[in-house]
Amino acid sequence: MAAISAAFGLVFDPVVLMTIVFSAMFGLFVGAMPGLTATMATALLVPVTFFMAPVPALGAIVTATSMAIFAGDIPAAMLRMPGTPASAAYADESFAMAKKGQLELALGANLVFSVVGGLIGVGFLIAAAPMLAEIAINFSSFEYFWLACLGLMCAVMIGTGDPVKGFLSLLVGLAVGCIGIDPAAGFPRFTFKNVDLMSGINFIPTMIGVFAISELMRGAVTADQAGKMVQEKVGALFRGIGDVTRRYWKNVIRGSLLGMAIGALPGAGADIAAWVSYALSKKLSKEPEKFGTGHIEGIVDSTSANNAAVGGAWIPALVFGIPGDSITAIVIGVLYMKGMNPGPTVFLQNPQFIYAVFIIFILANLLMLPLGYAAIRGARQILSVPKNILLPVILMFCIVGSFAMTNSPYGIVLMLIFGVFGWFLEEHGIPVAPLILGLVLGEMLEMNFMTSMIKADGSFLAFFSRPIAGTLGVLNIIIWGVLLWRAFSGRRGTMAVLEQVK
Amino acid sequence: MTKMNRRTILSGMAAAGAGLAMPGIVSAQGKYPARPVQVVVPWGAGGGTDATARIIAALLEKDLGQPFNVVNRTGGSGVVGHSAIATAPADGYTIGMITVEITMMHHQGLTDLNPMSYTPLALLNIDPPGVQVNASSPYKTIKDLADAIKAAPAGKFKASGTGQGGIWHLALVGWLTAMGLKPDHVPWVPSNGAAPAMQDLAAGGIDIVTCSVPEAKAMIDAGKARSLAIMAPERNPLFPTTPTLNEMLGIKYSVGAWRGIAAPKGLPADIATALTAALKKAYDSKEYKDFMSSRGFGVTWGDAGQFASFMAEGDKAMANAMKSAGLAKKA
Repeated sequence: MAAISAAFGLVFDPVVLMTIVFSAMFGLFVGAMPGLTATMATALLVPVTFFMAPVPALGAIVTATSMAIFAGDIPAAMLRMPGTPASAAYADESFAMAKKGQLELALGANLVFSVVGGLIGVGFLIAAAPMLAEIAINFSSFEYFWLACLGLMCAVMIGTGDPVKGFLSLLVGLAVGCIGIDPAAGFPRFTFKNVDLMSGINFIPTMIGVFAISELMRGAVTADQAGKMVQEKVGALFRGIGDVTRRYWKNVIRGSLLGMAIGALPGAGADIAAWVSYALSKKLSKEPEKFGTGHIEGIVDSTSANNAAVGGAWIPALVFGIPGDSITAIVIGVLYMKGMNPGPTVFLQNPQFIYAVFIIFILANLLMLPLGYAAIRGARQILSVPKNILLPVILMFCIVGSFAMTNSPYGIVLMLIFGVFGWFLEEHGIPVAPLILGLVLGEMLEMNFMTSMIKADGSFLAFFSRPIAGTLGVLNIIIWGVLLWRAFSGRRGTMAVLEQVK
Repeated sequence: MTKMNRRTILSGMAAAGAGLAMPGIVSAQGKYPARPVQVVVPWGAGGGTDATARIIAALLEKDLGQPFNVVNRTGGSGVVGHSAIATAPADGYTIGMITVEITMMHHQGLTDLNPMSYTPLALLNIDPPGVQVNASSPYKTIKDLADAIKAAPAGKFKASGTGQGGIWHLALVGWLTAMGLKPDHVPWVPSNGAAPAMQDLAAGGIDIVTCSVPEAKAMIDAGKARSLAIMAPERNPLFPTTPTLNEMLGIKYSVGAWRGIAAPKGLPADIATALTAALKKAYDSKEYKDFMSSRGFGVTWGDAGQFASFMAEGDKAMANAMKSAGLAKKA
């Protein structure tokens, strides 16, 4: 109890509150700029936190990342450029809504359900941290292999239209992911003695390329489609949110819980949470055929999920010092820097700091409502800048972001190559999202498959010998089977529709 | 801010004063460092090497009055960052933290870089490997475990801690060889570093992790794992209850992961001397010692000459170890 009141004292200090407000604005800006991610916002904050006391330092990161994950939704709906990878799963969907004249509803839902999702995620972080980490901690390579398989399945499920094209894109992503040093044997593959290629294809510049650069190029060749907002004015944001809440409140809860759980799994963060919950929403929806046409249901799920994942990722990070995502990987570094070594003892040694972080988490999510509202209003100002000014500025941020990920021009080269390639793919109706997921999950899949096989002396049965792995494995086989069957009948269906259109 | 300004002004005045007093000695370039210095780290932000580099950079900055900016150049199992240091201009404005991998990677054929590709400045830290098992493991002492490994058929026990051919893999190979066993008696399960390996140990996926004790600390403190021994000549004062291999088994084998600061080859001698002196000051500071002990990292000092011979010896030892483990690339 003494610790909790001490924590309140630490948080409600003018310096800390100012830090929270400034980092909120910083997070909203970084998140809203395509090409700058929440991870990057954290990385940019690290040098600043050197000069701060523990509570404002952690508060700045907590606030900036929560805001950035929400703010990524704004350009996703307005420009079809996800501001952060966490908004990529439903960027097409919210842009389609915007094109239908429902921009306000899409953004309003993004804001409100981001706040709700964030609060639910934090609630679980506070209440169930040790218990949930206990579950995730028991995952070995066998379980992670099956999780990666489930992730790849999501990639194909999200791939719009023709599942064969989705598979094609996924396979390109997996192939590109092979470049670099083989994670298991340490052998360089497809590197041609090039030092940069040995570090592999960094997925952030690649993603900036396929999502942002290809969009900018489309903006450059087509006079008035992309790179320009579908709608100049944003009307009343919260109109219709009540109806959506009444209709889809179960989706909010489901998305938040799923997002929080995925965030708590080491290695998977807000982006994976959004992909998986979007796919699950489509799978369980009564009207899955509406997905992809500007239907709000999937957005409700995934926008709650990615903000819930922010809190979820802190669970294993705080309790075991194992990062839940790339943001908390940096957070662990900051914790050590501040002498708060993560681990179960952190709750005993510095409880007031941890409670202070929890309070800031709640504050940040509440603050998201007014500041996010302002950001959406402000985004209109920023994003309604004439295209010939807006596009170069975004390009500049893309270049800065890509450079920052590798600290070398290699990131920019990657971004440009994949920008052209992504544009080429999309012009041929091949979705780029599976490519990114293949690239991200490829190494996880390979690494866990190889290590599992080494552990099991080459026996495939080992993938089913542990209770959780066995369950996940059977689940995978069933879902993959259903998916393949559906894919083939679905492909026929798509073809039939295409024939009719012709 | 005020403090910093005053310091800048003071050092500026000091430099000006020195310039007035000895006009003939001050070179055309002026005093080193005249502008910000880049400190390249071959490993990711948030890791142990990154944290060590950042504290050193902050201390150098305080001492030398110019920003020392840490830049992470990751990937390629360390090749990218190590080559960024080696190929930078040797003007003192790019230095970097090099790690034990520089004595290993070229034997694997990953790069042509070796310890001779740098101007060594100072050795700052050595961490010996430990032997960790799951907390529920039946082996309470290193002797129990060693006997069980010897008695078991090859391949029954599995170990991890880093990638294939990484430092902790060689630690395992060295230990097995010292016990008279084949290097692959305990197969190596590659991992993306110590933390994932420790998690897999806790999850029951593998039997042994041979990473350093500080890297295993979070999981040991969580009650999920136990450290049975360290492969070092002496006990670590920060983990006084963990015995050494020598005490328990009479095996003198010891290797370690180390970190040091180096510059590109051909760094002017006056700059090298200045940097080594500043590094010694940073190493002796209370901040550095406190930081390293708070993370459980070992501190070992070696000046430029000691660092060079330390790396040369390490390189030779690694060549032998990797050859006997079948990890070295055949020439």
